[in-house]
Amino acid sequence: MTPISSVNASAPGSVAIRIENLCRNYRMGETLIRAVDGVSLDVPSGEFVALLGSSGSGKSSMLNLIAGLDRPTSGSVVVQDRDLAKLSREELAKYRLHVVGMVFQSFNLISSMTLAENVELPLRFAEVDRSKRDALAAEALDRVGLRARMNHRPSELSGGEQQRAALARALINRPQLLLADEPTGNLDSRTGTEIMNMVRDFNQKLGMTVVMVTHERALAERYAQRMIFLADGKLVDDQRSVPAAPVVGSRGSDS
Amino acid sequence: MKIPDLTELALRNLRESFLRNSLTTVGISVGVASLVAMLSLGIGLQQMASRRLVKSGLFDTVVVTSRRDLRGMGREEERTGPNPGESRVLDEAARQEIEHLPNVLEAYPDIRFITELRFQDKPHLTMISAMPDSMKSNDAFEGMQGTFFTSDSAPEAVLQKSFAEELLGKTPAQGTPEPSVVELAKPLLGKELTMRYAQRETAPSQTVPLRPSDSNLAGASYSVVSREQTLKIIGVVDLDPESMRGPTRGKVFLPLKLAESLRVMQPTDLREIGRAGSGEPVYSSLSVRVKNPAQVQVVEDAVKKMGFSTFSILDATKSLRQFFAVLDLFLGIFGSLALAVASIGIVNTLVMAILERRREIGIMKAIGASDGDVQLLFFAEAGAMGILGGIVGVALGWAIGQVINLGTNIYLKRQSLPPENFWSVPWMLAIGAIIFAFLVSLISGFYPARRASRLDPVQALRYE
Repeated sequence: MTPISSVNASAPGSVAIRIENLCRNYRMGETLIRAVDGVSLDVPSGEFVALLGSSGSGKSSMLNLIAGLDRPTSGSVVVQDRDLAKLSREELAKYRLHVVGMVFQSFNLISSMTLAENVELPLRFAEVDRSKRDALAAEALDRVGLRARMNHRPSELSGGEQQRAALARALINRPQLLLADEPTGNLDSRTGTEIMNMVRDFNQKLGMTVVMVTHERALAERYAQRMIFLADGKLVDDQRSVPAAPVVGSRGSDS
Repeated sequence: MKIPDLTELALRNLRESFLRNSLTTVGISVGVASLVAMLSLGIGLQQMASRRLVKSGLFDTVVVTSRRDLRGMGREEERTGPNPGESRVLDEAARQEIEHLPNVLEAYPDIRFITELRFQDKPHLTMISAMPDSMKSNDAFEGMQGTFFTSDSAPEAVLQKSFAEELLGKTPAQGTPEPSVVELAKPLLGKELTMRYAQRETAPSQTVPLRPSDSNLAGASYSVVSREQTLKIIGVVDLDPESMRGPTRGKVFLPLKLAESLRVMQPTDLREIGRAGSGEPVYSSLSVRVKNPAQVQVVEDAVKKMGFSTFSILDATKSLRQFFAVLDLFLGIFGSLALAVASIGIVNTLVMAILERRREIGIMKAIGASDGDVQLLFFAEAGAMGILGGIVGVALGWAIGQVINLGTNIYLKRQSLPPENFWSVPWMLAIGAIIFAFLVSLISGFYPARRASRLDPVQALRYE
C-alpha cells in the first residue's frame, strides 16, 4: 500500500469517471420518476467537479451511482476501467472500500464509536492488521487536526470537527475518488470554508478526483474547477469555473 | 472482516443496547437452563437406576452349581452346561479356580439351611443364609437399622424385616400399613437368638469299613450332632438382599466364616457321601460376583467350560439404557421448547436492532462493508448472545438441579430414606448445551442477518 501523501491516482489528464447516457428511474406508486435521465459526462483524473442543481434535480442520485451505492437503470458509469453496472455486489463493496471516499451532509459517523474507531472502520473491512490500523488512523486524524480528540465520541464534537473526522475516514483507504454530498450543508460558513479548504487540499496535494454535490453556486465557483448543472435529471450546463487552482485536464464535455 | 474485529464490534453493539440484549440473553439462558435441567434429570435418574441395579447384586452375580446336583435352582437355565456325568465336584479347589477367572471379584459358597431359631423361648423355623463381608456395600443393606457384622466370624445375625415381624408377632394383616424397620429394630437390636442346628462331624476314621476292598469310601462316613449357637441381633434389614433366590432366600443372615465353621449338615451331604472320599467340604452352590454386569456372560461361559452349571439374571441394563435414551429424548424436546421461545426472542431483538441501526448499516456499506461483513456482524451478535446465554444457562440449570436435589433429599430424610443424587450435569452436557445454544442463536440470526445485509444503503442513509 502507498502512503497517504501519494494517492495512487491515475496519471493526470486520463479519464477518472466516464458516464454514458446514465439513467436511474424510481417508481413511486404509479408514477415513474426519472431521477437521472440520460447524462453523459467525462471527469478527468484530478479534477474538482461540482454537481449543482436544486433539490430533486438528480445530483445526489448521480453521486450515489458514481459511489456504487446504487445501480443505474440504463447507461454506464465507468470508473478507472471498472464498469460499475457490471460489478457484483461483492465487487461493488470492494470498489466503495478501496476506490471511493465519501463525506455526507450529516457527517454519518457511527455514534457508538470514538473518532479513532470511526476513522479506522474502513480498515477493518479491508482486513488491515490492528497494529497498522492504529498508526494509519492517527495519521489520518493528524491530517485533519483531530489527533488530540481521537478518543472522543462524535456527539462530543462540533459539526466542523465531525465533518473533519468524516474526511479523515474517507481518506484512510487512500481512495482516488472523493465524493462529497453537500459537505458544508450543516455547517456555518466559517467551518464550511475550513472543510472546503481541506477538500481542495486533498484535491491538489493528493491528486484526488473530487465530485461534490452542492446547491450553493458561490461555494462551487470558489473551489471547483468545473460546474455541472443538473435539472430534472438532465445535464443542462457544464461550466469551467474561476481557475483558482492549476487546471488539470482542460477538456470539457458538451452541454 | 477478521474474527477478532468482528467479535469486538459485535460485543460493542451488544453493549450499546445493554438492557434489550441482556433480556434476550436471559431468555436464552432460561431456555438453556430448562434444557440442561431436563437432561440432567434424565441422566441423573439413569445413573441412579444403574447404580442401584449394580449395587443390588442382581445383575453381577452368577450362581454356580454342580451338574451332579439334581436340585440346583430348579430353573430352565439349569439345563445348560455339561452332562451330569462330566460335571465336577464343587469343592474348595473349584472355588479358588473360579475366583481366579478374569473379571471375577469373588466366589463364595452359598451356605443356606433351614433350622430352628429360638427367641424368648419360642421356636421359629426359618431359612438361614451366610453373607460375605463384601455384601456390606449391597444396596439392600442401605436402609438397614443397626450395623453390619463386626467381623466375618462374629456370632451375630442380621434379620430380614419379615422375620423380625414374625419374632415380634407383628405380622401385619393384609391392607394395614407395614411397621417401619425402625419400629421393628428397636426391641430386637442387641437381643440374643439361639440357633439349633445339625452339625456334621467326620466320624473317627475307618471305624465302620463297609468292605475291606473299598477303602476309599471309608472316610465318607460322618456323624450328625445337634448343636446350639447363640447369636446377637445386630441389624434389621428392610429390603430383601437375596430376592433373586426366590423361595430359597434367607431371612436370617450370618457372617460367612462363622457359618462355614459351624459345618451345618446340608441337604446335599447325603448325596455327596457316596462321592467324596475326604472330609473336605463340598458346596452345593457358589455365588460368583462379577466386576461389571456386562461381563456376566463371559464369566458364565468360562465357568461352564470348567464343567459347572450357572445361573444369572440377564443383563437388564441394556434395555434400561434404551428406556433412558427415549426418556432423555422426550425430556430434551420439552427442555428445547423454552430454547425455541428464546430463539424467537433473538430474532425479535435483531430485527429491532436492524430498524434501529438502519443508518449505521447504511454508513458501513457506504464506506465499503460488503453484504458478507454486515451479515457476519449480525451473526456474531446472535452467536455472542447464544454463547453468553448458554454459559449462564448451564450455570442456572446446574443451580436449579442442586436446589431441587437438596429439597428432595430433605424430603427423603424426613421419610428416613437415604439421600440420593438423581441430578447429574456431565461436562459433555454442559459443553453440548452451550454449543447447542450457539447454533440455535446462529439459526435465529440467519434471517435478521440476511435482511440487514440486503439493506439498500441509499435508502438506509436517507432514513433519518
